[in-house]
Amino acid sequence: MLPKFRLRHRDVVCQQAVELVTDYLEGALSWADRRRFERHLAGCPHCTEYLAQMRKTIELTGSVRPDDLSPQVQDEFIAIYRQWRADPDAGRPAS
Amino acid sequence: MRGGHKLSPVEQDTDAELLGRLRAGDEQAFVVLVRRHHAAMVQLASSFVPSVAVAEEVAQDTWVAVLRGISAFEGRSSLRTWLLRILVNRARTAGQRERRTVAVGDGEPAVDAARFDETGHWQYPPERWIEEADDRLSAAKMADRIRSAIEDLPARQREVVTLRDVEGLSSEEVCSVLEISEGNQRVLLHRGRSRLRQVIETEFGRP
Repeated sequence: MLPKFRLRHRDVVCQQAVELVTDYLEGALSWADRRRFERHLAGCPHCTEYLAQMRKTIELTGSVRPDDLSPQVQDEFIAIYRQWRADPDAGRPAS
Repeated sequence: MRGGHKLSPVEQDTDAELLGRLRAGDEQAFVVLVRRHHAAMVQLASSFVPSVAVAEEVAQDTWVAVLRGISAFEGRSSLRTWLLRILVNRARTAGQRERRTVAVGDGEPAVDAARFDETGHWQYPPERWIEEADDRLSAAKMADRIRSAIEDLPARQREVVTLRDVEGLSSEEVCSVLEISEGNQRVLLHRGRSRLRQVIETEFGRP
């Protein structure tokens, strides 16, 4: 006979598991849900692959670098900086 | 200063170190900070305003505000959180977008329902692509594809994914910058990441 908790708590199916992935990775699942999720993974190679793909997606997203500044834009910022140094309160309403 | 040499700021310096140099009047520190954060700021601002040109303007105004506020900045939040908050406030004003009431629960699934059978088990399981990502060239292609897929995300998802996964902010920082709850942040992150995974699977997956 199955232990009681397995009867009380419905097991997670794949379609639910994929919706729990982010909460799982963020550590936002309750202890019980975390256990249900991990129990599902242990028996489901597809969802295990899915979780690995989500982790890889996050890793790849982290490797996206924003474009570097063009020399012109960089020069504009140097001008902004020098203007501010010359007159730190320029354009500020008098208090 | 070590060995009496004047150290110029390098990319590896932390924001806090650069902030210290900036306060001491180091122009190069400002340039390094701008190079580090400006592109992400423009991207974030473009969620709120009608054009990239306006987003550029908002981001530039933010830097001016940062310079003016630098002596009053108390460092209770990180420099990045501080400047992104200034940016979002200005972008909202520029875009005249109301403080957004969050409607995130659009029920969009992480994976197309048609890929599961009627019992909720995989009928068309994830195609494989992780092994390919181990190859550096393929990984670079995938990252490129992700970069353009981020642009195509709905605005709110794009903001959260950019801040969390591209810029590497913590969830607390993202909530503070965007003024959203932890729960909404997670839902948006989930939708956004799920879409990106699907884009990679569609393009690179093998059954």
